[in-house]
Amino acid sequence: MAEAPARARREDDLLVEVEHLAKLFDVSPPFLNRLLQGEKRVLLTAVDDVSFRIPRGKTFSLVGESGCGKSTVARLVVGLHRPTRGRIVFEGVDMAGLEGRGEAGPLRKRLQMIFQDPYASLNPRWRVADIIAEPIRAHRLVSGRRAIAARVGELLEQVGLAAADGEKFPHEFSGGQRQRISIARALASNPEFLVCDEPTSALDVSVQAQILNLMKSLQRELGLTYLFISHDLAVVYHISDYVGVMYLGRLVEWGEAKALFRRPQHPYTRMLLDAIPDLEMTGRARTPVAGEVPSPIAPPSGCHFHPRCPFAEERCRREAPQALATAAGEVSCHAVAEGRLPEVERAARAPAGED
Amino acid sequence: MALLEVENLRIEIPGRRGTLVAVDDVSFSIGEGEVLGVVGESGAGKSLTGAAVIGLLEPPCRIAGGQIRFDGRRIDNLPYEKLRRIRGRHIGMVFQDPLTSLNPLYTVGRQLTETILTHTDLSEKGARKRAIELLQEVGIPAAERRVDQYPHEFSGGMRQRVVIALALCANPRLIIADEPTTALDVSIQAQIITLLKRLCREHGAAVMLVTHDMGVIAETADRVAVMYAGRIAEVGPVAEVVLRAKHPYTEGLMGSIPLVGHDVEQLTQIDGSMPRLNAIPPGCAFNPRCPKAFERCRRQRPELAPVDGAGAEASWTACWLYDDAAQRSGTDG
Amino acid sequence: MAIGQDRQAAADPGLVTHLMDGARRFFDGDLWYSFCRSPVVVVSAIITLIFVASAIFAPLVAPYDPFDLASIDLLDSEIPPVWMDEGDPRFLLGTDAQGRDILSTMIYGARISLGVGFASVLFAMVLGVSLGLLSGYLGGAVDAIIMRIADVQLTFPAILIALLIDGISRTVLPRDLHSEIWFYVLVLAIGLSFWVQYARTVRGSAMVERNKEYVQAARVIGIPPLLIMLRHVLPNVMGPVLVIATINLAIAVITEATLSFLGVGVPLTSPSLGTLIRVGNDFLFSGSWWITIFPGAALALLVLAVNLLGDWLRDALNPKLR
Repeated sequence: MAEAPARARREDDLLVEVEHLAKLFDVSPPFLNRLLQGEKRVLLTAVDDVSFRIPRGKTFSLVGESGCGKSTVARLVVGLHRPTRGRIVFEGVDMAGLEGRGEAGPLRKRLQMIFQDPYASLNPRWRVADIIAEPIRAHRLVSGRRAIAARVGELLEQVGLAAADGEKFPHEFSGGQRQRISIARALASNPEFLVCDEPTSALDVSVQAQILNLMKSLQRELGLTYLFISHDLAVVYHISDYVGVMYLGRLVEWGEAKALFRRPQHPYTRMLLDAIPDLEMTGRARTPVAGEVPSPIAPPSGCHFHPRCPFAEERCRREAPQALATAAGEVSCHAVAEGRLPEVERAARAPAGED
Repeated sequence: MALLEVENLRIEIPGRRGTLVAVDDVSFSIGEGEVLGVVGESGAGKSLTGAAVIGLLEPPCRIAGGQIRFDGRRIDNLPYEKLRRIRGRHIGMVFQDPLTSLNPLYTVGRQLTETILTHTDLSEKGARKRAIELLQEVGIPAAERRVDQYPHEFSGGMRQRVVIALALCANPRLIIADEPTTALDVSIQAQIITLLKRLCREHGAAVMLVTHDMGVIAETADRVAVMYAGRIAEVGPVAEVVLRAKHPYTEGLMGSIPLVGHDVEQLTQIDGSMPRLNAIPPGCAFNPRCPKAFERCRRQRPELAPVDGAGAEASWTACWLYDDAAQRSGTDG
Repeated sequence: MAIGQDRQAAADPGLVTHLMDGARRFFDGDLWYSFCRSPVVVVSAIITLIFVASAIFAPLVAPYDPFDLASIDLLDSEIPPVWMDEGDPRFLLGTDAQGRDILSTMIYGARISLGVGFASVLFAMVLGVSLGLLSGYLGGAVDAIIMRIADVQLTFPAILIALLIDGISRTVLPRDLHSEIWFYVLVLAIGLSFWVQYARTVRGSAMVERNKEYVQAARVIGIPPLLIMLRHVLPNVMGPVLVIATINLAIAVITEATLSFLGVGVPLTSPSLGTLIRVGNDFLFSGSWWITIFPGAALALLVLAVNLLGDWLRDALNPKLR
């Protein structure tokens, strides 16, 4: 079945565009130490020239292992860090300078964030109703205590809790319920765009299912656009329209989700997919996985993945690959560009339970 | 006779508002060289069960009933010294966080040799040689050099390999692994799981693998026990439990796991959450959330009974849906 | 409509219900439970409460007013406590060289001691917590400057700083002005020597809280940094502050007593326990031991009780020990 070419997406209504985004952190030893011990400045490249686009109403996921920079990208998009280079465009408007502004600018209420840790993302000293009402009050969306209380009750019910839960404190709720409260808080300012940083990684699998189902139905109901960060490929498969794979700060491949999972191009993507445990007990053979993720402070030269790549050649050590268009999206790999990579087709699985 | 037998284990937590029962009448066994997965969500009691077997229950948790037998002898009522000798020599442990499992102040080699010397008759030199061998076995490159490094000089995955080496030092017959791969990246997880499987097979060690990750169980275990609210819901061969779950909780659990290639709009959802220890409902603990619950489920707690298969391949479940089936299979044999 | 009203009622209870709710939660909580279980702490709390109450209600509690010259009779001087021979049931703990009732002077003295103690702790707390918050949350240059000032100040012992400020004020300010504002000078002196502790602790906690996701969530919403500090971070860093404040109270009282003993604390017209100890010291070996011993014992008891309370509070609030 022919896939719609990647170009067609440019005509889609794009809500968020990230262009050549880069973020460097200064992790040098303190000034005095550098002076006295002659140590150099140490810069950590957390995000290195990342570009992608998110059409309105869709879910774009960033997936990768620790140190790949996906959480940093999330924080850059939402304004918690200022980019070192590159820009983030929200509905055609450059978001530069959003980080410095303290007041709730008009752009801030249109994008919100959901965090990974359900225990640290709610202020333990505040009542749930106050936590959810904070964005409402900050953006002055509704005024008057009764109106605010009514709206908070509405939001709580929308995420599957009871209006009366507003009177309780966060510690009275379970992890899954706290994530629901976080979602309610994020929805309080009527946003269009939600950045979700591993929202289900800290939850039990059955609770994760509830939250993922909730997020999907909210997306349908409210027309939300998601940037979803995760390390769990199965979750990403389930929830995404588009997927981007990151490794040591670079976007090695991105594309339409089903196509990317069926025909992964980049060797790292293939390795990740092979590493998923075999829950269907097919006894599939696994290619042995080599090495570990190197430290992001001193990444390998050229293509960062070359030490672990079975297809690496001399060029891969010298030169960082450029993004190459594919049927589903883009991939950055010399082996793909040179046609050295064997095609791989992963069959779609039958649903569990059928033999 | 199985290597490890846990019978009617009961773990209580006395508190100021009354005593909570964290593990309630749990029984299972592990044969020589077998890998048993104990799976459950947070609060199910699986970690406490693992801790009880090794004798590392933190007060105020305590064993309030039942027996734990290792190689036919009771170990749950042993004095500290005797238990300590069994631990390490016959039972090895792999914990979740390699950072805290290894002493940051001693080199990896020192920790290994210390354990080897305690439990075997080797000399210092022999112990060091054995330590290097073990490091090589677990896949640490340049083992002769790295044996003198400190834990912080290893990456997370490497540290976990060292912890596995430590657990295998004295050639134990049983290894208790509590969430051994949870803190690791997914590609490293795959490596560690493969390593654990291979080594345990080679050394002939049985494994009690406690985890919430069904994927790890599917790859590693021979049999799996599913725990819910301190009780065992189902036990059986791993393919049976994963593909043909008997207990409605296990069914719901498996259905809620997303799978690559499996296109569904909404995942199977079990409404509500696992009851807190002070609010376990009467009858079957799962009944308020169970789509197939009926009257008996609310009144009477189901016993773990055989449902299918025989011997090591037997499937047991604690569910009234299988009551007639259980009785039938009981008379058959 | 009933459902709508229910929802609104549930979302908007009255203030009284809130307070009662809070009270019920407190007495139901672990803190109160651990308090009731420890007899030492309960006794310490009672002792402290007695001191504080008698300090506040001194005019009602004390049998005599030691400042009322009309009620003092020189003939009553140096009468021993009531249980000794020559004791007088009018003066339970005896009298001093001027004929003042020791018990009454102690009660009024404790009032001064506790007053200065509380005020200086409050001052140090407000100053220290504010600077610590700014330092921990904002980081960077602000943090560096504040912490360097703190480091410099820490090199001086607290007593020395207090002496310094007090001495300077005495020389710089005209006599009458000083005798009027001595209270504030003393509070400033003692408070300034303690703020660093609060600042350091709060800074550490603020740095931890700053990275927590609920603070990041507030930043994403667009809340300005000052409001985040006050409304989000401050409530979460106050725990250890209370512990420090309690132990600090004891130290403040001792510091004031030391200063007064040295003669540079409160003026003689409103003697604190420290002054009483000093004044009574002269009579220690001449036989009238009660003039200095009783204020001394009272001071020791107060400080001990407050210290024990502080210790318990620190252990009770420590999440790791629970």
